Amino acid sequence: MNKPVPPDELMTDEDGPLYAPRKKVYPQSVSGRFRSIKWRLMAVCLGVYYLLPFVRWHRGLGAPDQAVLIDFPNRRFYFFFIELWPQEIYYFTGLLVLAALALFLMNALGGRIWCGYLCPQTVWTDLFYAVERLVEGDRRAQIKADAGPMTAKRAGRRALKHAIWLMIAWWTGGAWVLYFADAPTLVRDLATFQAPAIAYVWIAMLTASTYLLAGYMREQVCVYMCPWPRIQAALTDEWALNVTYKYDRGEPRCSVKKAFDIRSLGEKAGDCIDCNQCVAVCPTGIDIRDGAQLGCIQCGLCIDACDAVMTKVSRKTGLIGYDNDINVQRRVAGKQEIFKPVRARTVVYAGLITVVCAVMLYALMSRTLLDVNVLHDRNPIAVRLSDGAIRNGYTLRFLNKRGFDRVIAIDVDGPADAKLHVIGADSVTPDRPMIVLARDTTTELRVLVTAPLDERAEKSVPVTFRVTDIGLGEVASATDHFVLP
Amino acid sequence: MSEHNEIDRVSGRSTTGHEWDGIKELNTPLPRWWVLTFYATIIWAIGYWVVYPAWPLVSGYTTGLFQYSTRASVATDLADLEKLRGEKMAVLGNASLADIEKDPALLALARARGKTVFADNCAPCHGSGGAGAKGYPNLNDDDWLWGGSLDQIMQTIQFGARSGHAKTHEGQMLAFGRDGVLKKDEIVTVANYVRSLSGLSTAPKFDATAGKKLFTENCTSCHGDNGKGNPELGAPNLTDQIWLYGSDEEALVETITNGRAGVMPAWVGRLDPVTVKALAVYVHSLGGGK
Ligand code: SF4
Ligand code: SF4
Repeated sequence: MNKPVPPDELMTDEDGPLYAPRKKVYPQSVSGRFRSIKWRLMAVCLGVYYLLPFVRWHRGLGAPDQAVLIDFPNRRFYFFFIELWPQEIYYFTGLLVLAALALFLMNALGGRIWCGYLCPQTVWTDLFYAVERLVEGDRRAQIKADAGPMTAKRAGRRALKHAIWLMIAWWTGGAWVLYFADAPTLVRDLATFQAPAIAYVWIAMLTASTYLLAGYMREQVCVYMCPWPRIQAALTDEWALNVTYKYDRGEPRCSVKKAFDIRSLGEKAGDCIDCNQCVAVCPTGIDIRDGAQLGCIQCGLCIDACDAVMTKVSRKTGLIGYDNDINVQRRVAGKQEIFKPVRARTVVYAGLITVVCAVMLYALMSRTLLDVNVLHDRNPIAVRLSDGAIRNGYTLRFLNKRGFDRVIAIDVDGPADAKLHVIGADSVTPDRPMIVLARDTTTELRVLVTAPLDERAEKSVPVTFRVTDIGLGEVASATDHFVLP
Repeated sequence: MSEHNEIDRVSGRSTTGHEWDGIKELNTPLPRWWVLTFYATIIWAIGYWVVYPAWPLVSGYTTGLFQYSTRASVATDLADLEKLRGEKMAVLGNASLADIEKDPALLALARARGKTVFADNCAPCHGSGGAGAKGYPNLNDDDWLWGGSLDQIMQTIQFGARSGHAKTHEGQMLAFGRDGVLKKDEIVTVANYVRSLSGLSTAPKFDATAGKKLFTENCTSCHGDNGKGNPELGAPNLTDQIWLYGSDEEALVETITNGRAGVMPAWVGRLDPVTVKALAVYVHSLGGGK
């Protein structure tokens, strides 16, 4: 609950300074339920990020055997058993939609869960803080050292901290490029300076951004740069659980002893002993007791800190916890707390997630591995031959998404007695042109369809090109029109 | 700004005096790094003016420190592209026309190159798809004045027709009327006879015997005894359905009276040999090649 500032602390300066330096935050180490959840999630996130490029996936001779690979030169995306082509980019759209919906659902259930636990900015900053505490000591030691003179020992520690930070940052940039080429080969090439220049550029950029964002910008990214806090404020509702200081239970704040005295008189004393532990551990340096605010990334560390304090003073834990204003009001009114994870908003989000997942899964399962597209010549649209017959030209594009070469036959259904001529056909069995489609490629061919002129025929009749894989029997077809001049 | 130095009691800060629906805006100082970054971008922008061409002047513009010019860099890029293209196309230079048609990869390469060159050089006369126009042959059909094999097409592209080049195709359709060889009514008779050769209707009073006689005397030396034409002379086949200058009586009378001599320029010397090769393959693959 916001409490008014005492009159003597009001700013007297008329407009205040135009800009202000950042107040350095020294978050204190803490242990507890949420801290250990955060450690585990960090291990999973970083583990996946750093190690995934090295996971192998056998796809047959000549195909890359990296489980997750974004192959720009060949325009392919490999994800375990899935291989996507550029025209299947809509799967990524689907993934983005899913990610957005998941974010909405998380937000409706527990506020900025993403911010506090999973956001890369949080994960890396948390890691950098851990390094800092390991090298320079915890909150108190750091504050003391910063206030004192720069000694050789301190300078050495500083240097060590930055060296470790830079190493992590560099490894972060290095892992990034491994997603774009065969990881073990690229590692060797990078080490021997044989890798393409663009790889070094990306590593340098990501090293710099990781070092700057996680080492220096820290909570400022969340407060000033990130749009998500603004967006999520519009998406949340009164039922969403947020890290909340239960002021109904905490206020009025007073020391343990004073509280004891007040209680012995039979009056109500708050549980908060004003020890400021929740502020000391907060990575964004805010006081959660001021109420829900932009700066809170909902990491839950203040919950751990306060729970430890409550345990020490033998009070019930959970003075700070995931809660909402509705429950504060209900407790004040002496009613039972209620939690409503299932409500219209969450059901709709979960439903949408299921639908999008189902659609994507269906699309993935039913995607064709042999395909043909047809493009009619526009100019001329039809040609009259010397014997009066009519010819239409088409460009056929074949897609062979399988990892091996295949022989296909091309048939045409169109006007009566239509003849098919494929320019550049590999072999022609009587009236049935066949071509070889190289593995994992598109092939474009020009074909001509000739039909004797029938004056009574329609100006335009459908023509269907059917391709048949001679070996597997897979069939694909495409339809266009045969036009008379 | 001093007239709105209202102080917010919760934060202890002054407000800007802006208010929306009862919510007042705090006059919170900007973070220092943010302001510094903002100033840095301003300095960067000024640097940009100095280094790159930026300001329009009355009769020119500031050129910048290094005379950077997008036009010049495009020219360099184009030159590089030409060079790269030359390297890629070298394989076409070494392969024979027949080999190119047999190899799908080479065929695709030649067609791609041929297509762009065709659009730049040939489309003005033959149309962007090679469909031609009156007097400009359709390259998609199967009727060829000078022959439709790969070699013949290549030769025609290289040296043209009546182009003035030493090796050009020669051959004239004589001006039978203008030169006084045939009289007006004889020309009409021959025109009707020619129409009959390809199964077209003839005028009611047309005398087929006279037509055949006039045709044999005047036309067979180039168009052949049965009117099937002669690619050596560029003499068109008169028995098929394809007519370069039109098949109605009026058009034929005009052709016989004044003759025809369409010109195709020689491209040798203007296009390099590999490009000509690619062009020949492309034209051949349009559908008309034999
Ligand atoms: S107030 Fe608590 S939950 Fe919010 S950022 Fe600070 S420590 Fe994390
Ligand atoms: S940690 Fe708990 S007891 Fe201590 S100041 Fe924060 S809310 Fe109060």
